[in-house]
Amino acid sequence: MRRLLVGIPYLWLLVLFLVPFGIVAKISLSDVAIAIPPYTPTLDLSGGWSAIRAYFAELDFENFAFLASDDLYWKAYLSSLKIAAISTFLTLLVGFPMAYAMARAPAAWRPALLMLVILPFWTSFLIRVYAWIGILSTEGFLNQFLLWIGVINEPLTILNTNLAVYIGIVYTYLPFMILPIYSTLEKMDGSLLEAAEDLGCSRAQAFWLITVPLARPGIIAGSFLVFIPTLGEFVIPSLLGGSGTLMIGKVLWEEFFNNRDWPVASAVAIILLLILIIPIVLFQKNQQRQAEAEK
Amino acid sequence: MNRLSTFNIVSLTLGFAFLYIPMLILVIYSFNESKLVTVWAGFSTKWYGELLQNEAMIDAAWVTVKVAFLSSSLATILGTMAAYVMVRRGRFFGRTLFSGMIYAPLVMPEVITGLSLLLLFIAIGLDRGVLTIVLAHTTFAMCYVSVVVSSRLISFDDSLEEAALDLGATQWEAFRLVTLPIIAPAVISGWLLAFTLSLDDLVIASFTSGPSATTLPIKIFSSVRLGVSPEINALSTIIIAIVTVGVLTASIISKRQITRRLQEEAAA
Repeated sequence: MRRLLVGIPYLWLLVLFLVPFGIVAKISLSDVAIAIPPYTPTLDLSGGWSAIRAYFAELDFENFAFLASDDLYWKAYLSSLKIAAISTFLTLLVGFPMAYAMARAPAAWRPALLMLVILPFWTSFLIRVYAWIGILSTEGFLNQFLLWIGVINEPLTILNTNLAVYIGIVYTYLPFMILPIYSTLEKMDGSLLEAAEDLGCSRAQAFWLITVPLARPGIIAGSFLVFIPTLGEFVIPSLLGGSGTLMIGKVLWEEFFNNRDWPVASAVAIILLLILIIPIVLFQKNQQRQAEAEK
Repeated sequence: MNRLSTFNIVSLTLGFAFLYIPMLILVIYSFNESKLVTVWAGFSTKWYGELLQNEAMIDAAWVTVKVAFLSSSLATILGTMAAYVMVRRGRFFGRTLFSGMIYAPLVMPEVITGLSLLLLFIAIGLDRGVLTIVLAHTTFAMCYVSVVVSSRLISFDDSLEEAALDLGATQWEAFRLVTLPIIAPAVISGWLLAFTLSLDDLVIASFTSGPSATTLPIKIFSSVRLGVSPEINALSTIIIAIVTVGVLTASIISKRQITRRLQEEAAA
């Protein structure tokens, strides 16, 4: 009974999570071939021990050397990092005032406000990204509106640029930023601010010296919750971005589906994982520290 | 402190306008007569009619619901087992690896999960179709379920289970009669989360589906790539309506249960 309880989910994850990674790692060391499956070598156990040795001898780091030598990949990794960092910052700029206002709202309103933040999160991600195509395109609603109020004379090109990608990311990931910040601010004791003001702080000083430091765990958690998934994002850059938008998730997709180069796609995946380890470990540390502080 | 300053009111208004206006536009323009999606030409429900005639779309919707139902149910069973093992079963061989495998899929980029599963299915010679999408969705969804369920398991006292065991219940009876009713709300929200994640997934489904099984997100994505279409607006409106009704109903039910529990506790 107990063995089954541990064994079934364990085995499931081993077979469908860990083994697939082994396969990705292995194929990243293989060479591309015109065959089915399109890489070489493939393991042939019937050849016995010498076949296995020959198999391992054929694995090499050629694909990683190729990634390092080709500008496209460097630029894609760097530009993913840049896009993820900028959009995380923008999400924080939009999300913090909202979280702050929600935490200051009358207690009776808060469940409804929370609901309004969470509701879009349950709605299809794809549809929420799609909604922006009609708004940002050259004949879209934003251009129509701006032309109508006379701010611009020519329609702006926003769709298929990085700006559209930033807007899409801020829009879809906003709940991930608001919720952790709200949960730290909600617990904050309002009398701290009154005390600071009594002691001669200006409102702005009290905000920077008390509210922001207290909200820090939430700000850090929210930022990682936006930054980590954005780094490997595929849907937003491919629908809202243009040919100039380089993001590694899109490169991996194209390498795999359009170029059919499985070994290079696998190598791209391995490097992306290595880059992700740093923010993931930092995020875990932040969560642990917060959990300990609450004990 | 309970009066909102102007600044707070402005940031809430602007923030919620930003969150809701894009979806509102989508809904309004799904009733547009014109095929040009950004020009209003009068009220019409014809795109809904065309959507219902679109058999490829209906088939895809059916596949999507089937996949979501199967994978979320499997994921709920596996995820609840995993959570129970992690919270209640102390040490066992390979516990660190196990907890790593539960948390890793939560932060894994979808393109990597999709790629690795596809390579596995090809390596073992499994034909891609409904089955492979269900396997893929179950794997990442069970991790979300286990996080939701374990937070509930941690928060309640295991002495209740011990009491049941002392009074002669078997472990299974103690789980079924004591633990399960207590964690039931978390199990249900885990199932709902898994169901929505599966309905919504484009990337992993694109990697793991074959020509015999196309899901709705794959269908939407390939038509959206060519630009905005009123039919997709109509479909989006239907999805938004279902989700809104579902989430509101769930929250009203859970709110009622909480009030009832509080009343019972007050009465006792």
